[in-house]
Amino acid sequence: MANVSKAVVSVLGVDRRGIIAKVSHVLFERGSNILDISQTILGGYFNMIMIVDIADCDFSLLMEDLQDLGRAIGVQIRIQKSEIFETMHQI
Amino acid sequence: MFQTHEIWDTLRMIDQEKLDVRTITMGISLFNCVCDDEKMLAQRVYDRITRQAENLVKVGREIERDFGVPIVNKRVSVTPISLITGAVQNPVAVARALDKAAKTVGVDFIGGYSALVQKGMTAADERLIRSIPEALSETDVMCSSINVGSTRAGINMDAVKLCGEMVKDLSIRTGDRDSLGCAKLVVFCNAVEDNPFMAGAFHGPGEGDCAVSVGVSGPGVVKRALENVKGQRFDEVAETIKRTAFRITRVGQLVAREASARLNVPFGIVDLSLAPTPAIGDSVAHILEEMGLERCGTHGTTAALALLNDAVKKGGVMASSHVGGLSGAFIPVSEDIGMIEAAANGALTLDKLEAMTCVCSVGLDMIAVPGDTSAATISAIIADEAAIGMVNNKTTAVRLIPAYGKKVGDEVEFGGLLGRAPIIDVHPFSSELFIERGGRIPAPLHSLRN
Repeated sequence: MANVSKAVVSVLGVDRRGIIAKVSHVLFERGSNILDISQTILGGYFNMIMIVDIADCDFSLLMEDLQDLGRAIGVQIRIQKSEIFETMHQI
Repeated sequence: MFQTHEIWDTLRMIDQEKLDVRTITMGISLFNCVCDDEKMLAQRVYDRITRQAENLVKVGREIERDFGVPIVNKRVSVTPISLITGAVQNPVAVARALDKAAKTVGVDFIGGYSALVQKGMTAADERLIRSIPEALSETDVMCSSINVGSTRAGINMDAVKLCGEMVKDLSIRTGDRDSLGCAKLVVFCNAVEDNPFMAGAFHGPGEGDCAVSVGVSGPGVVKRALENVKGQRFDEVAETIKRTAFRITRVGQLVAREASARLNVPFGIVDLSLAPTPAIGDSVAHILEEMGLERCGTHGTTAALALLNDAVKKGGVMASSHVGGLSGAFIPVSEDIGMIEAAANGALTLDKLEAMTCVCSVGLDMIAVPGDTSAATISAIIADEAAIGMVNNKTTAVRLIPAYGKKVGDEVEFGGLLGRAPIIDVHPFSSELFIERGGRIPAPLHSLRN
């Protein structure tokens, strides 16, 4: 299967300082490598998509840490394995 | 590789449009449990299910977590129980074992307390059917189904008569719970062997030892997609539904493939049905209304549903390696907020629902009728629906709830996925003498296809 080790991190919430830094820090701590980032701010809302490599990290622990961070800074952070996006949008 | 808007599209579908996988259903063959001792048979059934499905719920949750897509139910279906109870007198002990096994492994439902009697009833079939009121009123998560007709065999009117009586009995026995027992019993024509949806799921005798199948959902996603083509021609409507159904089904295929690999069980099928829930924004009726109908049930509804049903299949079929089950739009009244509203304000009648079942899967589903509806009338409704299935080479089903002690204007409330339903009227004229005849309605000419 292609891209078995990739995941998509999506962040949505009111913009504030340090969101990217904090999310990146969690990814770094858990051994995940950032492959791509896309970020916009629309009407004060922060939207970010990160494609990350999860080959060398524990997916469950990473997910828990990201969710904890999301709660702490008041934004919605999600991580999902990339196949869901590939299968839905690519033939 | 990834388009950002595609990722947000997927997230929106899950968050706002209630895209989910309705069920992962593990089909388990019970043929290797057969024996002539009631207690031992029940024990073997319990052991077989609890061993085979031990990790089903855990794996379902892991897949949910990994892909961030809700999997609403985990279920088990088994070999029709009448096929394994030929040598015992009372199948109810097996019913209790099924219910207990389902609770032990933590699944939401278990289906297969079933008999296939489209042509004739064995003694075991009849014992099982007659035990259904007792079995369903004493269990919680077990579902039952009877196949009373097929295009090849015709309609077994003796079984139809018996089923009407059993529905009525069940309605009275579970009268203190709004006749909830009837929500767990479905009477089929042309039942399929690999249906993952309840109440009609069973693991057909032509299946292997074990398989996992997936039923998708997603009426909300289709409704939202159609909001973008307001006023456009039907060609565009059909295309939009196809594209959406493709995406929904791909999610189902991914989940089925993962579940199969992680459970080390063969992949059965993906069922393309659009299954609604009573939640706002998850309604098949609202899709039909989005096409331009003031209320579901008004003139034009059958045509709208025919288009929807066909486009869902065309979009979905390419997205999955094995499509099966019922695969079409469902129209269960109590489980669909738009249907509930339409039935409550009189737009949707039993006769219109019957017409709609000619062009979609599955049949008269989760419809509450007055508690004093006679067994013969229920049988006659079953016979009408079976005739539609038989003649049109399609699956049809009846899951009626004669709500004990209630009349038109009242409502039944089941909660959860089963929802709530206003009581709708049946014809007041008798079908007693018609049902009394018994025998078989012969198969139609086009059953002779060899």
